[in-house]
Amino acid sequence: MEPILAPESIDLIALAPVLVLSVFAMMVLVVDLFGGRNKTLLVFISLVGLLMTAISAFAKHPIPAYSFNDSYIVDHLSLFFICIFTISSALTILLSVEYNKREGINPGEYFALILFCTVGMILLASATDMIMIFLGIEIVSICLYVLTGIQRGNVRSNEAALKYFLLGAFATGFLLYGMTLIYGSTGSTNLFKIAEVTQNLGAQSNPLLLMGLVLLIIGFGFKVASVPFHMWSPDVYQGAPTPVTAFMSVGPKAAAFAAFFRVFAEAFPAMSPSWELLLTIIAVLSMFFGNLGAIMQTNIKRMLAFSSISHAGFLIMAVITKTSLAGSSLLFYMLAYSFTTFGIFGIVILLGRKGEENLEMKNYSGLAYKHPILALSMTILLFSLAGLPPFAGFIAKFYLFSAAIQEGLVTLVIIAVLNSAVSFYYYLKVIIFMYMKEQETEFRIALTPLTLFVIVIGVLGTLGLGIFPNSIIALASY
Amino acid sequence: MLEDTVPLSHYLMLSATLFVIGIVGVLVRRNVIVVFMSIEIMLNAVNISLISFDHYMNLSSGQIFSFMVMCVAAAEVSVGLAIIISMHRNKPTVNLDEFNLLKW
Repeated sequence: MEPILAPESIDLIALAPVLVLSVFAMMVLVVDLFGGRNKTLLVFISLVGLLMTAISAFAKHPIPAYSFNDSYIVDHLSLFFICIFTISSALTILLSVEYNKREGINPGEYFALILFCTVGMILLASATDMIMIFLGIEIVSICLYVLTGIQRGNVRSNEAALKYFLLGAFATGFLLYGMTLIYGSTGSTNLFKIAEVTQNLGAQSNPLLLMGLVLLIIGFGFKVASVPFHMWSPDVYQGAPTPVTAFMSVGPKAAAFAAFFRVFAEAFPAMSPSWELLLTIIAVLSMFFGNLGAIMQTNIKRMLAFSSISHAGFLIMAVITKTSLAGSSLLFYMLAYSFTTFGIFGIVILLGRKGEENLEMKNYSGLAYKHPILALSMTILLFSLAGLPPFAGFIAKFYLFSAAIQEGLVTLVIIAVLNSAVSFYYYLKVIIFMYMKEQETEFRIALTPLTLFVIVIGVLGTLGLGIFPNSIIALASY
Repeated sequence: MLEDTVPLSHYLMLSATLFVIGIVGVLVRRNVIVVFMSIEIMLNAVNISLISFDHYMNLSSGQIFSFMVMCVAAAEVSVGLAIIISMHRNKPTVNLDEFNLLKW
């Protein structure tokens, strides 16, 4: 047996964002212990922690830099993803403050869990070793199981947590078995070493390796909620507290896509003929059934869950394309999607009532007459999700599709454009309710400042990325 | 020697069989605790193949991986049981079919 060498390259500066954020998360736990029932200080510490994380991510220079024997990388992709994660976690925390007060969610560990989940997401986006990817995915998932069920007295929240937990752990089993078979057939867990081995034609046809790849795709498919592994997501999105739903549909999904993209673009580019078809089928099914499911929903959170499934289909296109242009289009798409999603969920929270009520589409009828600016913001955000110019969603889709066209994926892009057109139907349905129907229920909207602030950031981000995309595209491309 | 009488494929078959037993358990059984145990069987099946790959191919990172898997499985058990208990307080049952507030 070969001796286990002491790691030569432990570079803690490269690991700075993870360390800083872990320290702040533990600080939140300790302060919560002594801080009594007022959680304002915790919110402040969490936000400062996220800001410090974003700053410390740039401590390592020059990039790309490797640490822990090539199992952790600081590169363009991971830095940009860390920025997306910190923005999305900060917006989640801002959204949660007033929501938690209304719904009576009081535990301080709520904020610590969001921070720990962000630690997992950073690890996931920076991992270049399958062990690290597995650990990152599990840190994220375990935090999310708890966050989903944080309303202990609410049966729906319990049920969503249980379903998420069982299906998430089930998916982890597949992911893990896939990783094991890949490890067994290539002899390494490191993505770069796997890439070296899989360049060899003889190794590529190893049945263990192919089986491992299929299982890995199933595992990742579960984690990013793509069809046919999506059945957990509408239930969990509906049952979870709304800020957690917003968080789940942006941060952890972006992190899972970061790892998904890195594994397939770094470790298995030479084997693309064997996985391209499978991923194409998953992408097409996700777009199609995501849209089909969304059309039939009446609950707005379930509708957004299905819409996020169809967006996952678009994002899998980036994994299939696997060029660096596709990587930067993935980054831009995720950033645009996070601003838009947080804006929409902010409005959903404003209109919702205690006990997760008032979330049906018919509750939105006549909103434009009572609160025209709110209705206008919702319209802008929904148009952006549908991909209408001049909003962020259009540029994101355009950039993604052009990356795919360059690699000759014309058929897939045509299917995606058609599906994007279909998605107008259900986004427009909400807009029709807001502008063209008579008011059915009384609106009792408390215009709380922090939630409004998140909505403003969402709308400004959506408009800004849509009208002036150049500077962000320049940052995203590498 | 162990290697002569029991080849690697035997261990892989054992691991695959356990994994399938786990999958079938998750899909067929309706008791939350039993489903949960089936998931643990799946994770342990993975550990068997990790260790046997290491032993037969003279590698070492698989053993570290298997320790990580055990740690994560333990963390998952604690969170999972906590979720099951908090759910049980609101609705005293462990039958999965009775959780139908949200359509599957």
